[in-house]
Amino acid sequence: MPALSPSRSERLAALRAEVRAIESAGADGARDCLPFEVGAIDRRLAGGGLAIPALHEVAGARAGLGDDAAATLFIAGIAARLSMVEAGGTILWALSRRDLFAPGLAQAGLRPDRVIYAECRNDEEVLAVMEEGLRHGGLAGVVGEVGRAQMASTRRLQLASEEGATAALMLKRWRKADEDPLLSPSAAVTRWRIACVPSGELPVQSVGRPRWRIELARQRGGEPFNLVMEGNDAEGRLALPAEPRHRSPADGRARAA
Amino acid sequence: MALEQEAEGDGPEGRMGARIEDCSCPRGGGWRPGAGWARREEVQAEIDTLPLHQRPSIREMGRRTESSEVPFRKGRGDVPRPSPSPLPSPSPAPLPRAGEGALITIHRVGTRMEIAAVSPEAAALGLHSGMPLTQARAMIPGLDIRNAEHEADAAILERLALFAARRWTPAAAVSAPDGLWLDLTGVTHLFGGERSICARILRFCARAGFAARIAVAGTAGAAYALARNAGGPITLCPSGREAEAIAPLPLEALRIGEDSAIAARRLGIDRIGDLIAMPRAPLARRFGQALLTRLDQALGSAAEPLEPIVPADPPSASVRFAEPIASAEAIDTALDRLMSGFVDTLGEKGLAAKRTILFCSRIDGEEQRIVIGTARASRDRNHLLRLLRMKIETIDPGFGIEAMRLVAGRCEPLGPQPIEGGLGGEKPDPDLVPLIDRLAGRLGARRLFRISAVESDVPERSLARVGPLSPAAGWPDWPRPVRFLSPPEPIDRVMAELPDQAPLRFLWRGRMHRTARADGPERIYGEWWRKSGEADAVRDYFEVEDEDGARFWLYRRGDGIDARTGDLSWWLQGMFG
Repeated sequence: MPALSPSRSERLAALRAEVRAIESAGADGARDCLPFEVGAIDRRLAGGGLAIPALHEVAGARAGLGDDAAATLFIAGIAARLSMVEAGGTILWALSRRDLFAPGLAQAGLRPDRVIYAECRNDEEVLAVMEEGLRHGGLAGVVGEVGRAQMASTRRLQLASEEGATAALMLKRWRKADEDPLLSPSAAVTRWRIACVPSGELPVQSVGRPRWRIELARQRGGEPFNLVMEGNDAEGRLALPAEPRHRSPADGRARAA
Repeated sequence: MALEQEAEGDGPEGRMGARIEDCSCPRGGGWRPGAGWARREEVQAEIDTLPLHQRPSIREMGRRTESSEVPFRKGRGDVPRPSPSPLPSPSPAPLPRAGEGALITIHRVGTRMEIAAVSPEAAALGLHSGMPLTQARAMIPGLDIRNAEHEADAAILERLALFAARRWTPAAAVSAPDGLWLDLTGVTHLFGGERSICARILRFCARAGFAARIAVAGTAGAAYALARNAGGPITLCPSGREAEAIAPLPLEALRIGEDSAIAARRLGIDRIGDLIAMPRAPLARRFGQALLTRLDQALGSAAEPLEPIVPADPPSASVRFAEPIASAEAIDTALDRLMSGFVDTLGEKGLAAKRTILFCSRIDGEEQRIVIGTARASRDRNHLLRLLRMKIETIDPGFGIEAMRLVAGRCEPLGPQPIEGGLGGEKPDPDLVPLIDRLAGRLGARRLFRISAVESDVPERSLARVGPLSPAAGWPDWPRPVRFLSPPEPIDRVMAELPDQAPLRFLWRGRMHRTARADGPERIYGEWWRKSGEADAVRDYFEVEDEDGARFWLYRRGDGIDARTGDLSWWLQGMFG
């Protein structure tokens, strides 16, 4: 079989892009994405990164506050990188509880002059504020903390996100210890579960970079996967842990492939 | 009404007595004009019986005692002898020499600095406006001297006139530099008569910190003269008797130039009454028509229109319906029409609304009100409409709405707006203001904010909410959790070495956590300048990771050595991810 000529491969790439644009049903056809800049994750995400005009759900893997904090920081890192894509990008963060601590977000790279907080009374208001922010189109991203969201409201958010070409990040918080918030039906493009795992040993008596098990429970147009990553640096980037013995089997397969 | 600026000058008469005391001329000789003035007892008594404004001026008395003044002018080294006068002097007896609390304002006149206005304390020390500053300084050491701000005074006077035009009478005008004219025609009965409206205005002025005098007269000129010269706080001049009322007043009260007043005085015309009695033709020839015009205006034989200040009405638009409306759709449509007119009105005046109020008048007489505010002044039709539409559901139409009115509660000037984006077609910067307005309308303005750093090490106090468009400052790089428990939760069964080791295990929310890794302590001291109880307080913060990898932010009250710094209890304040 003769090798594809350069012009043919270009045409093929163009056709593929067109098909992807039709699939996404986006208004302008161009579907941006935000790479994690970690090959192990980006290779397994459809589109090579986190799709920007889309809804993404994140939750802690267990009901405790520790995993919840890890999930919050995971979102904060994504939001920080979203806000740095464009100079002066602003993140709208809709809260329903008052336990978020802004200095902690700042350490994940989300600077205080990049965030506008909206304090809401209940989940419905959080969803409405998110939708309003997404439709505006001038924000770099919208984050909302909810307990439950109906299928219909997540679909609305997904449509609003495509309309405004703005990333929607939804932090689903545990309401009951036996009710996994990610199990309810949702129109989100990706759903992530974050859990704390013990961090690496340091040569001195101290705590180092946090380590999370990142589980992509579902994604549209791709396979789920499971990775152990090191938490945010000062600019919201994740990293692969250095020692091979802490790698998950999935990670090993990715290396082999 | 005149804001008090001048003190009544009682001093000269007293000094005159002392001056004549020094005269060595034989008394009662009758050879010198004005020698009769040397018999000061009777004269002084006579002067004292006169009302203040009728007393002879210093110039008058100085001229007649001129001949005795010159040869005995005091030398530099002379010590003034105390006057042995047995009569009570009308001037306040021993004056305090230090100008404590005496405030004067100064301005430049030609090449010298003059006093523009004096406070009552300064007036009591014998200072008056128009006196050179050097003289005032020489008389009274330690005066509080400030620069006069005539523009600011004029601005305040104008605001006062605007207020008066809104509150008391539709026709109010500024009478520069220190007064207002209020046309009370047809107004006084609303306030219960002339005297009570005057009393009311005076009470307002006292509350606002102004000393004021009011005169009510049939002509503006007479009111001007009486307010500034009649003495009492309220002077009511019966209608048609202006001539009588102003006859004893000095010529300056007529608003004539100082030159004319001096010239008239030189001819022996001291009071307005003298002027009224004189034939007009020579007066016009001597002093010009201006003096006669002022006199006629004061007496009412020449017209003097006031130039009233007209308060600007806030831009508004209104619509009345033939049939009362009650449905949300109808209100929406009406609002749409109303908004076009409203935005046009704003555009014509070059204004933009920061606060817009929608009044809906119901047929049962009730009024429904919707207020919207915008983060930045706006006259964008669609934006304002969207904000108002969000609140239509809060209107209770009752039996129907018969009229709607849009009023701009607060306005700011706004010129024509440039087209968004440059001519090159580049993408315009996203404008977040419309979004912020919409969200603030939905949630309430206080629920939309940025969080900014505050200079405090105590975590609870290290942040503050600021406006959604204000700049926000960052924090130093000490480890801080992302979830924060406020108030902190106590943890039990803590096993930790004193003084500065992290806990080996602890019980929180019914679960035992064993420490795998820990870092700390970060010591944070209490802020003694806020509360005296915090003077010795210490918190030692530890970052602790348990066996599952969850990271806690714990602190111990006290430094583990000194019992005053805390009771060594352990608390959980937050979670790192």
